[in-house]
Amino acid sequence: MRADAKPLSLRINGREVLVPCGISVAAALALAAPLGLTRHSLQGGSRAPFCGMGVCHECRVEIDGLRMLACQTTCAEGMKIFTDSLKTSSGGGSSAHSFSPFSKV
Amino acid sequence: MTNQCDVLIIGAGPAGLRAAHAAAASGARIVLVDDNPVPGGQIWRDGPGVKLPPVARGLRATVESLPNVQILTGTRVVASAGKNAERALLLENRTAGWVQHFDKLILCTGARELLLPLPGWTLAGVTGAGALQALIKSGLPVRGQRIVVAGTGPLLLAAAAAARHAGAEVVCVAEAATWLTVLGFAAALPRWPSKLGAAGALGLGAFAAYRAGAQVVEILGDDQVAAVRLRLGSVETELACDRVAIGFGLVPNTELGQLLGVALNPADAIAVNAAQQTCLPHVYAAGECTGIGGNELAQVEGTIAGLMATSMEAGDARIGAVQPELRRRAHWQAFAIRVAAAFPPPPLARQLPRADSLVCRCEDVPYAALAACDNWVQAKLETRCGMGACQGRVCGAATRFLFGWNPTAPRHLLAPARLATLAARPISIN
Repeated sequence: MRADAKPLSLRINGREVLVPCGISVAAALALAAPLGLTRHSLQGGSRAPFCGMGVCHECRVEIDGLRMLACQTTCAEGMKIFTDSLKTSSGGGSSAHSFSPFSKV
Repeated sequence: MTNQCDVLIIGAGPAGLRAAHAAAASGARIVLVDDNPVPGGQIWRDGPGVKLPPVARGLRATVESLPNVQILTGTRVVASAGKNAERALLLENRTAGWVQHFDKLILCTGARELLLPLPGWTLAGVTGAGALQALIKSGLPVRGQRIVVAGTGPLLLAAAAAARHAGAEVVCVAEAATWLTVLGFAAALPRWPSKLGAAGALGLGAFAAYRAGAQVVEILGDDQVAAVRLRLGSVETELACDRVAIGFGLVPNTELGQLLGVALNPADAIAVNAAQQTCLPHVYAAGECTGIGGNELAQVEGTIAGLMATSMEAGDARIGAVQPELRRRAHWQAFAIRVAAAFPPPPLARQLPRADSLVCRCEDVPYAALAACDNWVQAKLETRCGMGACQGRVCGAATRFLFGWNPTAPRHLLAPARLATLAARPISIN
């Protein structure tokens, strides 16, 4: 993780962003836009990374077509990142885009 | 990818790295799994915004060089795949899902922060205290930002130091414990010189901004943090800020252990014997999933677990072989007891959420909806609390504190997973 390494080129919501090598996607989102927002909640509230360690899933985003946690993913050259993606709109079973294979009580 | 190993270790923080190192001497085939991009856990989280201590660098490099240790980072445990007493877990990484078989299992799943709801805690710019530290280590820009650190416990000082080092202005460190408690805790520190040194350095750095007996009672802002309301004694003041980092101590990550059937102790951590063995003879546990105790204790426990899981000797002879480790463990356990006694979550935090304050952040369940429920199961059924992406990791501990509820043992799945991963093998649903 050298600070002098060549910056990486990412696409965040279609826009090209240059970020330092070795940072997390959560950090890249905050560099690209002041709040570093990741998603909107069921009631429409803006959310950003919260627990910082892969617990709360507030930072789930779409990275190269996969649902990933921004705080646990290191940026790589050419990554395509989408916030508020349909792929990340739910984690449970209550919204229109979710699929919950098991009933949980 | 090798799907069979002798010892599977979940979590590559201080406990997991020590366990792998200790177990490797036996020649056993070891797989070390962690969901973060690099080994180190939280305290030794590597990244562009951090300079790791030499002991962390050295241990990580040693473990990475061991030929019989395979390190799988970016890999999450999705479920138990152990049908008919088979020893196996379903794992998933970015590209694949697979069943990992093992003979012995060492749980080093660490701890997470206790994050308690208060008005405004879902605003962008609010994070946990340890969370802010972790995010900064991974490159989060905070230079020039005004930050309030609040909650309780020594972690607040560490978070404040990380923020200041990264160029932020720490406008306040609001510690809920009283000065009497804080100074009493500090007075006991000479028994643990390394902790005294660390606390001294962190405390001096934060001295001007440090307030004991202080609590953030509301976070203000429209879509992002603009200010906090700070209560100090009977006086409330408003402090403008860009970020709030708020943490109330740590909660052991016991979910995987519970899913496998290990018993918990009265402190809601994984119960282990002197050999770090759980009630399941082939499952060991070490580090903060067995109780909050810090880095040094986690390392000692990891070493003991690694040696015990690979020892050919029986019973007392095995314990005798690690006598020095056992003494060191007792020394650091005493420190953990001090911390827990000095910095419990403050009772005032129970009164902070308003009727419309969200408690379950995944499913947007407000406090009032939960206050109408009698227990965790009813809350899940009627409000979907705890049924979102985090599977109750945040609101489970919060409702335990707020309402005294006991979250039920976790069921499959432990984390959101891809259908392709589930198709890798039928999982056992009890």
